[in-house]
Amino acid sequence: MKLNTVKHNKPAGRLLSAPFLLWETLFIIVPLAMVFYYGLTDRSGAFTLENVAAILGAEHAKALWLSVCLSFVSTLICFLLAYPLAMILANMNVNQHSFIVLIFILPMWMNFLLRTLAWQTLLEKNGVINNILEFLHIPPLNIINTPAAIILGMVYNFLPFMVLPIYNSLVKVDPNVINAARDLGANELQTFFKITFPLTIPGVISGVTMVFVPALTTFVISKLLGGSKILLIGNVIEEEFTQAGNWHLGSGLSIVLMIFIIFNMVISAVFDKNGEGNML
Amino acid sequence: MKKILSIACLSAALLLPLSGCGNTSSGENGEVIVYNWGEYLDPETLQMFEEETGIRVVYDEYETNEIMYPKVETGATEYDVLCPSDYMIQKLIDNDLLAELNFDNIPNAKANIGSQYWEQSTEFDPENKYSVPYCWGTVGILYNKTMVDGTIDSWSVLWDEKYADNILMQDSVRDAFMVSLKRNGYSMNSTDAGELETAKQDLIDQKPLVQAYVVDQVRDKMIGNEAAIGVIYSGEAIYTQRENPDLEYVIPKEGTNVWIDSWVITKNAPNKENAEKFIDFMCRPDIALKNFEYITYSTPNDAARELIEEDDIRNSPIAFPELSQYSNLETFRYLGEDADQLYNDLWKEVKSN
Repeated sequence: MKLNTVKHNKPAGRLLSAPFLLWETLFIIVPLAMVFYYGLTDRSGAFTLENVAAILGAEHAKALWLSVCLSFVSTLICFLLAYPLAMILANMNVNQHSFIVLIFILPMWMNFLLRTLAWQTLLEKNGVINNILEFLHIPPLNIINTPAAIILGMVYNFLPFMVLPIYNSLVKVDPNVINAARDLGANELQTFFKITFPLTIPGVISGVTMVFVPALTTFVISKLLGGSKILLIGNVIEEEFTQAGNWHLGSGLSIVLMIFIIFNMVISAVFDKNGEGNML
Repeated sequence: MKKILSIACLSAALLLPLSGCGNTSSGENGEVIVYNWGEYLDPETLQMFEEETGIRVVYDEYETNEIMYPKVETGATEYDVLCPSDYMIQKLIDNDLLAELNFDNIPNAKANIGSQYWEQSTEFDPENKYSVPYCWGTVGILYNKTMVDGTIDSWSVLWDEKYADNILMQDSVRDAFMVSLKRNGYSMNSTDAGELETAKQDLIDQKPLVQAYVVDQVRDKMIGNEAAIGVIYSGEAIYTQRENPDLEYVIPKEGTNVWIDSWVITKNAPNKENAEKFIDFMCRPDIALKNFEYITYSTPNDAARELIEEDDIRNSPIAFPELSQYSNLETFRYLGEDADQLYNDLWKEVKSN
């Protein structure tokens, strides 16, 4: 730790971090400051808390609640799918697992919008999936433009963000610890719940953050797979900027959303002190 | 050494495209910066313009009037030519963001564009000083003949439970409220709180029947037989019929929106003369025809219409309806900030319900 601080004070170190600091200022600090400026002023430029308090209005509160619910369900499903998957990956031999990890990351190289649009084509009434079901004389699947389709979209898009941190913390678990537990008479279930799982909690928490936060703020998935019928908080904010032209209200609502996200980050920071889950 | 070389190569590779933005050949006669709707002209006409005039076209696109407006207002990007709709032109004029056109430099405009369109433009540009009509049309119902029964001639069909989950509505405030207001016999420019409340309630009642709120996707969904009925711009209707002959377009009897999108030049246009040349070029009959054939939105350019070879297109009741046959046609007007706010709040209530 001490070494680190010394290093940082060296002028060369500072110089090297200059591009990053510049980048951070220009593209993170300045935009954030603008969000706060717009969010805390009205059209005449006077200070107001109205835009932030607007979250309590019936439509906004409802949209936020719906967003929280849908992202919670998606995160839960992601977790339930990702943990066993990560365990399978971690138990494979090296050659196999790098291939499987590649398969997992591969779709992420494709554009997020395209992947979501593809789901629209798959799920539509006369879409690919329903054509196949019809061919097999199975009743059609009617989930397009419902919350179920949105959850599906969220799970599909964000699953890798859950798998990778869990996988990362699983491979770091020392096999000797598990062997010791087995030696001392714990059966497989006990070993899992008392040793393996607690050791991977940092990975789980960082996975949860990485799924929950983008799911909470998404507006594309709900627009494309929800047929714009389901208004999430992300959609409300997006429409304030693009359609209603009310940047002040849009920024005010963004501030509220940021509070939610920061809350989530704090929890994950408390659990993930070693930064174990930060593989991505 | 190798390392340094590779770093140098990498940074050169990263910087090259950036430096390209600054000073690429701006054309021997300067440039013109055009901000237009997405897919709203034949890209070939831009090339032809560049070749003929030596003016380089910087071309940018937007999806809605509302996205375009703040960019022009703040002046963050300097645009020369825009193509907004009627009510947005009025708003731009009201806020002193447009330049008066010098029609001596745009001879093709007055020569080729029909008088009725100039007349109609006076609704938002009272003295025809700021705008040159580019496209016009109506908003109506597109339906699939094989999926409906009875005659479709009223907005009320969008509230018919028979078609539950088979209806596509427009996902934009003014268009959605237009349908609901017209159905109730009100003006689509209403600012009456009671009328808007009724319209909102109707839209809420309609929501369970709606399959999806869409903008451009109505085209693909109707072609793909995803829905039986959709609210659509007339310009898209011809295109969809070409792709799926089962589709039919109708202007509802309660009346509808007759809109015009017109070329305008911004107040602070850096290349005003080139902008006028551009607009003049777009008004040339052969160019207007080329654009019409590409985007299928009705052209107000009478000379171009004469050049259309297919009789059924030239006299198409969809592309060129005889407006006197219909009653209660209106054009959107800019209603002011307070009314805009009211519309947006009500629309949010509909969407979140």
